[in-house]
Amino acid sequence: MATKQLAASPVKKVAGNLSKYGIYIAFVVMCVFFSIFNPLFLTPGNIINIVRQVSFNAILAMGMTMVIITGGIDLSVGSVLALAAVITASFVKTANPLLPVPVALLIGLLIGAACGLFNGYVITKGKLAPFIVTMVMMTMARGAAQLFTKGRPVTGLLESFDFLGAGFILRIPVPIYILALVVIISHFILSCTKTGRYIYAVGGNEQAAAASGIKVRRVKLVVYTFSGVMSALVGIILTARLNSASPVLGNGYELDAIAATVIGGASMDGGKGKVIGTLVGALIIGTISNGLDILNVSAYWQQIIKGIIILVAVLLDKKD
Amino acid sequence: MAYLQLQGISKFFHGVRALNQVSVEIERGEIHVLIGENGAGKSTLMKIVAGLYQQDEGTILLDGQEVRFGGPLDAIQHHISMIHQELMPIPYLTVAENIFLGREPLNKAGLLDKKKLIAQAEELFQMIGIDIDPRTEMRRLSVAQIQLVEIAKAVSFNSQVLIMDEPTSAISDKEIEKLYKLIFKLKADGVAIVFISHKLDEIFRVADKITVLRDGDFIGTKPASELDKDTLISMMIGRDLTNIYYKEPVPIGEPVLEVRNLTKAGLFEDISFTLHQNEILGIAGLMGAGRTELVETIFGMRSADSGQILIKGKEVSIKCPTDAQKNGLALIPEDRKKLGLDLKDSTGFNISLCDLNEFNRCGMIDKKTEAARVDDMIREMNVKVTSRKSPVVSLSGGNQQKVVLAKWLMTAPDILIMDEPTRGIDIGAKTEIYKLITKLAQQGKSVIMVSSELPEVIGMSDRVLVLCAGHLTGELTGEQINQQDIMRCATNQVASVH
Repeated sequence: MATKQLAASPVKKVAGNLSKYGIYIAFVVMCVFFSIFNPLFLTPGNIINIVRQVSFNAILAMGMTMVIITGGIDLSVGSVLALAAVITASFVKTANPLLPVPVALLIGLLIGAACGLFNGYVITKGKLAPFIVTMVMMTMARGAAQLFTKGRPVTGLLESFDFLGAGFILRIPVPIYILALVVIISHFILSCTKTGRYIYAVGGNEQAAAASGIKVRRVKLVVYTFSGVMSALVGIILTARLNSASPVLGNGYELDAIAATVIGGASMDGGKGKVIGTLVGALIIGTISNGLDILNVSAYWQQIIKGIIILVAVLLDKKD
Repeated sequence: MAYLQLQGISKFFHGVRALNQVSVEIERGEIHVLIGENGAGKSTLMKIVAGLYQQDEGTILLDGQEVRFGGPLDAIQHHISMIHQELMPIPYLTVAENIFLGREPLNKAGLLDKKKLIAQAEELFQMIGIDIDPRTEMRRLSVAQIQLVEIAKAVSFNSQVLIMDEPTSAISDKEIEKLYKLIFKLKADGVAIVFISHKLDEIFRVADKITVLRDGDFIGTKPASELDKDTLISMMIGRDLTNIYYKEPVPIGEPVLEVRNLTKAGLFEDISFTLHQNEILGIAGLMGAGRTELVETIFGMRSADSGQILIKGKEVSIKCPTDAQKNGLALIPEDRKKLGLDLKDSTGFNISLCDLNEFNRCGMIDKKTEAARVDDMIREMNVKVTSRKSPVVSLSGGNQQKVVLAKWLMTAPDILIMDEPTRGIDIGAKTEIYKLITKLAQQGKSVIMVSSELPEVIGMSDRVLVLCAGHLTGELTGEQINQQDIMRCATNQVASVH
């Protein structure tokens, strides 16, 4: 009996750690797997390529992580991204630059902030489900972007603007620097500030948080606004990279951002989630696409495989 | 031989004894009232009979046969139904659909036969004399009507034992009459009825027999005709005061909190009182008297309709718990799992949550100082936990309660409001909490202690306020603080708030 128990406990411990570090292990295994089958996978060029591609989703996912930790969801990120993109782009056309680039950027970010603030305001004031409110914003912001551009992409933008999306510093693409900055800021907010604690507390037990003197409403306004700003930021970088802003930009991006957050260990019930987890979640999604591309797996299969990976990640997390 | 026999039933929750060797016999065609203070074990005993809990010891005999129920469905199949205090109707289904949920009549094609469903419900209502249209959606009904529907449902299961947990606590006098009529009819039909109640007047009106429980112990069963109110009260409360209350007299100081004419329609009316420095003010009353609502209003969790709150002589406006905290108030809530703790996070996370401003250095939390303070608090409060990083959900009830106390003591409040501070915790933790309360009073803090446990109120309070149906029905000091006087005030039938 006793020996049996002794034998069982380390196994249990390993299993526990496996689920705790599951996504990190899965990520490493995946990288090893792809590099065995294709030596091109682990080259600096491809790695940079992956991280740049991932950066857009990962930045969105940082905002999503905060929202999901409070127990909410933000479906509007893809549309808010497009709205901020087309408006910013319209100010920096080569033919007729209306505003200096920094001012245009600021306005773009403010549009994102305003959309997020609206989400937070309606959710808290109207006591409505975040799913519904952000879905409404998703529709409205997309419509507004279409209306603003009459359905046509805004093209021909200033070269100084393109730097944000297409530029390099020390041979590394600018979006990667922006991603790093956003990750550091998000991590700082969640683990080092009072607001971060309150974000976890609101998601952990909203009623108890309120009874503890936490201004729950303010916390929610902060996270939705942050998510809006992240959306706008991605809209701007994408526009700069493509040198054009289409009103259909970012369609469906909310789902990848949610997927990255969930793979990263956040709970849809709130109270749980980590910036680093989400970052790895986004990297996993990006790596699958890239690796399967290199292995010539069809896009249809890729979607199925992505679905399976999300499912496994969530099931593993449940056991924890 | 009695139809339903409970023999030596015991039940433990997390090692705490809720029922101790309780034996009760219930006959067909009798109304058997179960009475006792809050926490006496009435509901637990009946939930065992209804299959919601399983007893740890003892046997249940139904019509001479031993039975053991795996779940409520088992009990229903043995014709035992329970009408809970909290009714659980499905709001958007009709009355008929609610009654026959899970046993809907089907037509030949295997689809719902709605006509037959309505007809069955109408037939049932006619039989027992209920006047409700079975096509109505459940959410349109009053609490009393829902109760009648629940009883009808029990009848439709051909229930021979009907258990009702405080059925009259939330309904008007007129509706109570209708309920009685139905109950008396069922009794005449030979149904055994168990009726849990707090209302002494009501008990003598309906009861054939009365069983008293106290602290999980069986005290006695007697025919109602052999009892009177005073005997009943002394059976309910008559226990020795064991000396676990570390109350030491402290000179009472200046007024710190004054509540003037505080009113919230439907909950409490015109409540005025003063709390002094160094004072422990007990608030007693039965369940539903409005005690929790009153203190939650003072703490800004609910808004009052009218009235004033003064702190140290100055009128203050407390609109939310943040305002209350700024004014030096702390509230230890009644339901620690719902309002006191974030069960998804660690012990330390919970302890420092209310007081993060103290550790704020240029927007960053100084985690080192925070950890040191939290560890101090864990030691000071004697919270039994491996580390501050342990999840708070893994702690016992008593230790969780200490975490809630620690969390609020971190804010260094002047006035502590404790709502049922020792509910559901073991005797050791209770003793520690009593010592703490005494120490706080000695340190110059003021304490409001809402409690349903009379010995605790009597053992700890300098002064006791008693609420009954939202009214302040007594303010007792000195010799007046005894069980008889408190119970008399608590059952005082003042015109109810409506």
